[in-house]
Amino acid sequence: MIALLYLIPITLFLGLMGLVAFFWSMNNGQYDDMEGAATRILYDDEDDNEDNKK
Amino acid sequence: MLDVTSYVIDDNKTGNHQLDVVVSGIHCMSCVKSIENKLYSFPEIQTARVNMSAKRLSFTWSGDKEQGNYLLKAVNDLGFEAKPYVSDAVEATSKAETQALLKAMAVAGFAMGNIMLLSVAIWSNTDGQMGEATQRLFYWLSAIIAVPVLAYSGRPFFRSAFKALSQKQTNMDVPISLALLLATSLSLFELFAKTGAKLYFDSVVMLMFFLLIGRYLNIQARGKAKSAAGDLLSMMEGTATIINDDNSHKTIPFKEIKENMLLQVTAGEKIAADGIVEDGYSELDTSLLTGETMPQETSIGDNVFAGTINISGPLKIRVTKAGQNSLLNDIIKLMENAEQGNARFVRLSDRIAKLYTPVVHTLALLAFLFWYLIMGVGVHQSLIYAISLLIITCPCALGLAIPVVQVLASGRLFKKGILLKSGDALEKLAKTTTVFFDKTGTLTIGILKLINKNDISKEHIKLAASLARQSTHPLSKAITNAYDGKFYDLKIEDIAGHGLSTKWKNKAIKLGKRDWIDFKDTIAPNDQSPELWLSIGKSKPIRFVFCDDLRQDSKEVVSNLHNRGIKTHILSGDRLAVVEKIALSLGIKNYQATILPDKKADEINKEKATGAHVLMVGDGLNDAPALTSANVSISPATAMMITQNAADIVFQGDKLFPVLEVLETSIVVSKLTKQNLALAFIYNIFAIPLAFAGFVTPLAAAIVMSTSSIIVVLNSLRLNRNVNKRLNS
Repeated sequence: MIALLYLIPITLFLGLMGLVAFFWSMNNGQYDDMEGAATRILYDDEDDNEDNKK
Repeated sequence: MLDVTSYVIDDNKTGNHQLDVVVSGIHCMSCVKSIENKLYSFPEIQTARVNMSAKRLSFTWSGDKEQGNYLLKAVNDLGFEAKPYVSDAVEATSKAETQALLKAMAVAGFAMGNIMLLSVAIWSNTDGQMGEATQRLFYWLSAIIAVPVLAYSGRPFFRSAFKALSQKQTNMDVPISLALLLATSLSLFELFAKTGAKLYFDSVVMLMFFLLIGRYLNIQARGKAKSAAGDLLSMMEGTATIINDDNSHKTIPFKEIKENMLLQVTAGEKIAADGIVEDGYSELDTSLLTGETMPQETSIGDNVFAGTINISGPLKIRVTKAGQNSLLNDIIKLMENAEQGNARFVRLSDRIAKLYTPVVHTLALLAFLFWYLIMGVGVHQSLIYAISLLIITCPCALGLAIPVVQVLASGRLFKKGILLKSGDALEKLAKTTTVFFDKTGTLTIGILKLINKNDISKEHIKLAASLARQSTHPLSKAITNAYDGKFYDLKIEDIAGHGLSTKWKNKAIKLGKRDWIDFKDTIAPNDQSPELWLSIGKSKPIRFVFCDDLRQDSKEVVSNLHNRGIKTHILSGDRLAVVEKIALSLGIKNYQATILPDKKADEINKEKATGAHVLMVGDGLNDAPALTSANVSISPATAMMITQNAADIVFQGDKLFPVLEVLETSIVVSKLTKQNLALAFIYNIFAIPLAFAGFVTPLAAAIVMSTSSIIVVLNSLRLNRNVNKRLNS
């Protein structure tokens, strides 16, 4: 039962991290274009465009 | 080339400029890629990204602000129509609202998962292996998670319930808030009092999670309302020039124009008031009134109206009606009245909510009293039964029944280039009995085409196009569009209202109206079609005939409507002969020509008064009042923004089929909605007696209620298959 004393806090902490990650991705605008994101992975030239400009 | 510099956003820190545009014609990723790659090929571009779901493009560039025009043109040249996108306050708040809901949902989901973790452990404790201390620990942990989460994720419900109660009304959120707060308080009380009774933090959190999902779908279905009357009003802002008695000129705002003033209207200027022409000869763009882009000749003694545009030459106009009395203002008032009438349309879901909540509250109270007073099981248990009843009757399925189908339909239609302003449009569309069509731009494509191209020699076309290419007259544009190739470089004289003339190979060349071309023989047919004549020196003039084609499938769509028993009418501002011809070819028996915008709205109101449910399809500025007066309205995406705002549904492309598609969809939506409501109803019929009789715990209630919601959603997913089946049959 001692195990519970550290396992439960770890579980909750991990869950909380998941929640924080979700909030971050939402504020980062990652859910604004679900369709575009889904098909963009099929193209190789994404990085070329980014590299050329920055 | 379009000048969009007024829409460009400047970043003062980096010196870059940004432009957001709406792009139509995007079908798939390769469209997106071709746009982005094209933009990236410009050295000054910093970023370019297309949002495929929203069909919007956002790009930033360094250097000149004006460069934005060229960059936008590059996108247009690829074949995608791009227009600046202005996001207004309404859209911004709705996005914030949606995000807040998603966050509340995420938090509730996190809580649900973790509390369930602990609850399942407790439920598995059937043989008492878990010590009492551990069980208490788990309960405390559940409480610590549940209470803050309730305070955060429950806010949408509490706020809405509070608002309704403060107006002495109830809505669907009142029983929900009641159930949430009661269950939590009761559980907290039992926890502190150490009675060892079962606690219901898991039910509370699970309830919130599923309710928030329903809430989110609801918001998606609601859409946003736009006032088109306001847009029309802003069209009439500006200044006009008046000529005083001593011939001096003064510039005054439109609002200050009064009767009997003399207005000076130059070429390209908007006419600010109704009046009579006292001097001058010109052509007017009367599309506001007639929907036709063919310029109308105007000269001394003619009546002109506010809102029309003077095209070719200066005019002096004596004002007869100004400001409040002008025709334009009548139109605006018409639209405002119609918009207010529409606002009274109460959604079916709201009507159900009004009946449902008092019933639910009464039942819960009865349950509590029954168990406490009659069965004598004590306050705690009676409360549990009452809470279970509140939870199980929770209008989740009911709240989802309608929006889920509407959201699915919206998404499906969006993919097909049909934009719904809100789910209500579907509700209203399904009841349609009569359809009113505008002619130009709705039943027809709205662009004039040269139809006797094959009868004219290429040399003559080249000559005509070289004359026409600098003119903005719709017929000139049609000729220029019909010719690909090099132009002659000619010095052209534009005689307002008559035509274009030049000298070529020592001959006098004229391109223009029949009367102006010196024409001795008048054997040429005059079938009222738009035409231009090209005369070269003294030889026989050549006739160019134009026509505004019907949309490819107009006939099919109209006969389909007739087969369903839907009546059709045409309302057009164009001449009778033209309207009659089209009505006959489409098989439409009722048609009206040369009809003014306010009369269009009158016709619709007349039809509505007979009990008909009217759909109006139109694209012109002169259709805006009719669109607002109809029960439901559709407009093509080629229409002006004002007209699109007035319509409930906007469709892209040059076919009329979307009208049928959205009509079919609305019928299927109506069927599925009724099925969903029936499912929700049957569920309640079984659930309420069971809960009343005490067979249901709060947890079971939450699970069962969530299941009913899922069933409703699953039923709604049949939308796609059903619409496809109907369209193909």
